[in-house]
Amino acid sequence: MERHFDQELQGLKDALLTMGGRAEAVIQKSVESLKRRDSKLAEEVIADDRVIDRIEIEIDEGCVSLLALRQPMAVDLRFITGVLKISNDLERVGDHAVNIAGSAQRLAVEPALKPLVDIPRMADLAAGMLREALDAFVRRDAAAARRIVSRDEEVDNLNRQLFRELVSYMIEDTRTITRAMELVLVARNLERVADLATNIAEEVVFIAEARIIKHHADERVGNDFGRS
Amino acid sequence: MTSEEGARVSVGLPALAAALPRPARDVAAEATRLVEGPAASVPGDAALSTRDFSLFYGPVQALTNVSLEIPKTSVTAIIGPSGCGKSTLLRSFNRMNDMIPGVRTEGEIRFAERDLRASSTDVVELRRRVGMVFQRPNPFPKSIFDNVAFGLHMQGGMGRAEIERRVESSLRRAALWDEVRDRLDRSALQLSGGQQQRLCIARCLAVEPEVILMDEPASALDPTATARIEELVLELKRDYTIVVVTHNMQQAARISDRTAFMLTGKLVEYDETAFVFTSPKEKLTEDYITGRFG
Repeated sequence: MERHFDQELQGLKDALLTMGGRAEAVIQKSVESLKRRDSKLAEEVIADDRVIDRIEIEIDEGCVSLLALRQPMAVDLRFITGVLKISNDLERVGDHAVNIAGSAQRLAVEPALKPLVDIPRMADLAAGMLREALDAFVRRDAAAARRIVSRDEEVDNLNRQLFRELVSYMIEDTRTITRAMELVLVARNLERVADLATNIAEEVVFIAEARIIKHHADERVGNDFGRS
Repeated sequence: MTSEEGARVSVGLPALAAALPRPARDVAAEATRLVEGPAASVPGDAALSTRDFSLFYGPVQALTNVSLEIPKTSVTAIIGPSGCGKSTLLRSFNRMNDMIPGVRTEGEIRFAERDLRASSTDVVELRRRVGMVFQRPNPFPKSIFDNVAFGLHMQGGMGRAEIERRVESSLRRAALWDEVRDRLDRSALQLSGGQQQRLCIARCLAVEPEVILMDEPASALDPTATARIEELVLELKRDYTIVVVTHNMQQAARISDRTAFMLTGKLVEYDETAFVFTSPKEKLTEDYITGRFG
């Protein structure tokens, strides 16, 4: 029997995907504004983030309504609580894009410190993880979600590598400190985006399998709601 | 203030807005709601309405100054603890209380722009247009076909072909046709409880009512049969105005667009269901729906 409730869940899913698409785009746009030294583009990022914030509120209200009115059980319950958490993650992705856009605006008026290679690469990786986490969400594909979690390290490594490089710039020439610190912050923001993509992937595993994998909970006794 | 900064703007999520039970919030309307209290009047045409409607069973007052408007083609739930007057109010809409000796009413109760209390009201015609489904499925001890055709025979003046056509379409709309199409001549009493209830709904639909009153329509049914009735209600509201009395708050939350909460014969709160169950204005409503009393 097809349920009216399924249409409501589909509406929630569509809204979350809209939000995810915007979050991914705004990260790319923030790094683009950094690369092109384009303050106007950075300005757009701030406006885009406001829209993401507004979608988050709509999704939150939708989730609360469905929890109150439909008394969801089992996979429906995990889906709605999962959407609630994922929308929170995506909202924070938008905030990181705003941070990056801020750095872009401050750097746009200074001479370039170095050609940007690692930062765009980190952005591609983080945005890719975000996109794939949402794909896994759509398909409720726990296996794909687990592969995303294992890729977080790649971004962490790039972040550490870039940090060392920027520290050496600062040691050599103290006049680079302000600019190098901005780039450290940008990298740090991108590293956090990858973490949030990881969180989303972990939520997908929970929705699909009712299994908690975050904080390495799966390696501890008593996961699986004490059922294992 | 740009629209971007508005308290609530659409961000291109028609799917979410259309799919979710929570109505898109209209800030101006909400402010009015806060200032003027319960939204007793509803946008668009009301199918049924009461104003300061009171009802007495002899010396006992069962309803006190109830005022509300029930919008067309929607589901309105009336909830409240036993004895709160919810069934009495429901039965007032097609004057089923007339059959109880010593009943007296005051105030106004209207259907299709007419005062139902007027002595000129044709009660038989009223009950055709405002049908009713009861707690216990009550099929007649006749065949499935004759149960649905019963009201049509009563009306008279209808040929066999027309009756057959109406029986089939009523059974289809009641989501029962596929289960009974090859045994229409069997006794209705052989059907399961859930099927019997859907048959009673089909019988009600056959005479083409505008409003369907349901008094605890699923409380005698198992969870699966209940879910089917609930899905059916959600289908039927496209064409009919439905008023459901239920002591099952979760059911009210699942199927209704608006919810009225009653206590000791008074209407405590009446609003969009999404508001009543997530942010009721009245403390009494909150206490009831959170299980603190009742």
